[in-house]
Amino acid sequence: MTETAIEFVDVVKRYGSVTAVDRISFSIRRGELVTFLGPSGCGKTTSLRLIAGLELPSEGTVRIAGQDVSTRAAAERNVGMVFQSYALFPHMTVIDNVAYGPTIRGGDKKAAAERGMEILAMLGLEGLGKRLPSELSGGQQQRVAVARAIVQQPDVLLFDEPLSNVDAKLRRRVREEIRDLQRRFNLTAVYVTHDQEEALAVSDRIVVMNQGRIAQIGTPRELYNSPSSRFVADFIGDANLIEGQFEGTSFVAGDLALTLPGGPGNGPATISVRPEQIALAAAPQGSATVTNAIYLGSRYEYLVETAYGPLLVSAPITSAPLASGDRVDVEIRPDGFTLLES
Amino acid sequence: MRQALTLVNRLGGLWLLVGLAAVLVLPWYKLPPPDTGGGASLLGSALTEALAGRWWLLPPVLAMLAFAGLRLGRGERWPAHAAVPWLAGAAAILYLGQAFGIGLRGPAIDGIAQAMPAAALGQPGLGVGGFALGIALTGIIADSLAMRGFCRGERFAANAVIFVITLLTLFVFFPILRLGSAALFTPDGVFQPGLFVTRFTAPDLWGLDCLVGDRKCGVVINTLILGILSGLCSTALGLALALIVARTGFRFKGALRAISILPIITPPFVVGVAIIVLFGRTGVVTGWLDLLFDIPRTRWVYGLPGILLAQVLAFAPITFLVLLGTVEAINPTLEEASKTLGAKPFATFRTVTWPLLRPGLAAAFLLAFIESLADFGNPIVLGGGYDVLSIRIFFAVVGARYDLGNAAVLAIILLTLTLSAFWLQTRWLGKKSYVTVTGKSDAGLSAPLPDPLKAAVYLAVIPWILFTLGVYAIVVIGGFVTDVARFDLAPTLRHLSTAFAFEFGQFGLQLYGSAWDSLQTTVLVSAIAAPLTTAIGILTAYLIARQNFAGKGAFEFGTMLSFAIPGTVVGVSYVAAFNVPPVDITGTMAILVICFMFRNMPVGMRAGIAALSQIDRSMEEASQTMGANGFATLRTVVLPLIRPAIFTSMVYAFVTAMTAVSAVIFLVSARHNMATAYIMGRVENGEYPLAIAYSAVLMIIMIVCIAIIQLLVGRRQLGRRSEMHKPPAALPAE
Repeated sequence: MTETAIEFVDVVKRYGSVTAVDRISFSIRRGELVTFLGPSGCGKTTSLRLIAGLELPSEGTVRIAGQDVSTRAAAERNVGMVFQSYALFPHMTVIDNVAYGPTIRGGDKKAAAERGMEILAMLGLEGLGKRLPSELSGGQQQRVAVARAIVQQPDVLLFDEPLSNVDAKLRRRVREEIRDLQRRFNLTAVYVTHDQEEALAVSDRIVVMNQGRIAQIGTPRELYNSPSSRFVADFIGDANLIEGQFEGTSFVAGDLALTLPGGPGNGPATISVRPEQIALAAAPQGSATVTNAIYLGSRYEYLVETAYGPLLVSAPITSAPLASGDRVDVEIRPDGFTLLES
Repeated sequence: MRQALTLVNRLGGLWLLVGLAAVLVLPWYKLPPPDTGGGASLLGSALTEALAGRWWLLPPVLAMLAFAGLRLGRGERWPAHAAVPWLAGAAAILYLGQAFGIGLRGPAIDGIAQAMPAAALGQPGLGVGGFALGIALTGIIADSLAMRGFCRGERFAANAVIFVITLLTLFVFFPILRLGSAALFTPDGVFQPGLFVTRFTAPDLWGLDCLVGDRKCGVVINTLILGILSGLCSTALGLALALIVARTGFRFKGALRAISILPIITPPFVVGVAIIVLFGRTGVVTGWLDLLFDIPRTRWVYGLPGILLAQVLAFAPITFLVLLGTVEAINPTLEEASKTLGAKPFATFRTVTWPLLRPGLAAAFLLAFIESLADFGNPIVLGGGYDVLSIRIFFAVVGARYDLGNAAVLAIILLTLTLSAFWLQTRWLGKKSYVTVTGKSDAGLSAPLPDPLKAAVYLAVIPWILFTLGVYAIVVIGGFVTDVARFDLAPTLRHLSTAFAFEFGQFGLQLYGSAWDSLQTTVLVSAIAAPLTTAIGILTAYLIARQNFAGKGAFEFGTMLSFAIPGTVVGVSYVAAFNVPPVDITGTMAILVICFMFRNMPVGMRAGIAALSQIDRSMEEASQTMGANGFATLRTVVLPLIRPAIFTSMVYAFVTAMTAVSAVIFLVSARHNMATAYIMGRVENGEYPLAIAYSAVLMIIMIVCIAIIQLLVGRRQLGRRSEMHKPPAALPAE
């Protein structure tokens, strides 16, 4: 069997004159959890639905497990999907919900129910099979939805914003459950979210999307540390975007000069600096001024006015506190910045 | 059953098998074949008929053989082959071309007969094989489109869309087109386009003489006058009823709502008959008035006043329901705001309540207007000399002067009037509704009615209640007394036994009564039509609410349009379209069922759309990702969740089929007579007690059947419900 679970080749999806997905290509390896991340309307949900077969591409090819499924309906693919609203059938019991897939595909009813019971037990839902979905808590409902989606050992498990209906407090636990489950069953999973923190926490790789196109694909660390574009830098975490000029092998902006590892360039350029890659040192003759100091419990956040514009700086809680109006020296760590594509 | 389905799929799908059977095995032509002048025997399949000289039947045969070949070469997904849609499309065009090109008496164009001499003999209507091929080709086209991504690749949805479109085209639009072309022919079948103008401008259509002199107006003007008056009166009465229920402390609100349901299950004619019995020249009330007040007996009830009375009685409940919705939707805080600003009760009503009611009033008026135009039962009983379009159409087709062309022109005029009103109605409802539904609970109490208005409202409603009670008293007792019309109230079962006598003899149960045939047909046709009507209505609702496909806008418009066609027009158009090959089905029970299906599907459709809008779409998507195809999803997920809509549609379809008259009256035959047609015959003969007795029996049957359907469709839902501690949010509100 091939190592590539899902492959998109130049996939386009149009609705009338609106292009929801604009010629995207990527591939997902088996056993990987990949997140589609982006603002609303970026095409991430449409991409997920294209994998599920709930939408068919206007152009291009979708392959699942090496097979071209571009014109196959959802029912003719082997995918599992966990919906935002869970979409449990309210008129069926939990076990009927979980055994629905195997039964409707023509399998033996008893075998399907037994397999469903097993899965329910694995997810800590034993004894709830006879209940109706409306009699379960939100967290249990979601686990039933997951059980229902994996009972047929799908080629890929799809999650459409699974945490949006979960209490803020519970989210961390539920997303860890999902990650744990995906590893335990060695599932290929695709996860859609607009929450960058969630994406960083659960993913092997992230596909950042914007306006129907892929902005960048990479591991959470790659995306955070070396965003390739202004959009990605801005969308994932906080970023200071500093505009300046190439001068030989240096990037210069105001009184800032940084040596670029990549060699010389020409003309205007933009770099992205994460707030925690900047160190501040109190200095009466410093070139920058703290304009706002915020205490966040786990860290300090400062707004600093510099010769090359305002900077957002994050400082550990163990550092000496600064106050608004303090003059400071600013130091950007040598490998703490990224040159953005212009 | 699942194994059988899988096997069918293995063999290349249902449509390929049906298609092959259609061309190779099944008799192509309608049986028994009418004598078309010797030549080949017409009992053969398309293949044998083609080999016997009817070469025009060869393309479908070749197409199906080609598809079978593709199946052998290409495997189960053979419709995905690029040639399939073209081949199927070409076969469909040639199939339709031969069906319409070569009629009973030979080809439409002489050239065809030279190329294929057998064509000169003509051909009868399509039979089992012919229809099966049409079904197979439609299905193959749908499959091949689905495999190209139509309806997201969902084969069931693609098939449903294509089939519903095909059926609507065949049974709604094609008859109307045939009707339009019939307007251009003389009664002898000679093409003469100028005739349309002659017929259209006939003086007895548009004359305005009744406005100035005392002569009669044209039939179109009559129809319009009746429609406008009926619309105005029904709306006024409906508003009065709505205001009483929503805005007064009237004690018998429940009874009022119950009474308002009655006209829906009342067979046609019976209200007209009851009115005659009450107010006719020898009527009960007329007699008393003569006796007590010396008011002379007249025939005033025949004509406009009588029809108007009967129509207002029938339509006020409809306008009542529309207006009750409007009145209840008015946010009381608006009226309270007006009062805190210093407006007196009447000023508040005039400046706030009334303007908010206006869109609802317009909608109610147009609804009653459309109903009045389409009404057939009341004018034919009470019309006297007052001619309206629906009656004139009927007599142009059924009467001694059979003139389909003239009927067609009248039908086109009626259709145009109705569609215009329908168009206005959708525009009004679409744009001018200020209904203040916010989802918030409305604080505050509705303003009670100002006193003079309250008096006026009671003044309108109380006579209506008395009148309704009077009419239904006649219906209840009229069939079981000697002669209600002459106030001879001696109880008797004579009328009932004339209609429904039976006996357990040596040959078992024997039915002697004269009405048994029509009753059996009516119940049978209604029982067949109700589930089919519901099926196509709910299916169409599912397509409109859930599927996205190219041309959906036009599809919606088409289904909307089919609502608006008056029954009389449908009847005439079916006569025009289905009396001749290729679709020669008049005189069969099928045409009755089909007629009901397409006339009554809108209610199922609307109920279905409303119910579906309450259900989270992702449940269906979940079902699909788990491997259920569109049909399985519909069956296991959608239908159980919209059961109340199915119930509504079933009941409505059944009841309407039992009481329908306007379209059916054209389609009944000696073999398949319907209850309403039978009753009409009795009314025309003046056998009122018999007509009333039969109507009462029909009403009892309807009530019993509604109860049974409720038990069958509703029970499981109720059972499930009682198990739940709290109903899930996704279930539709009942």
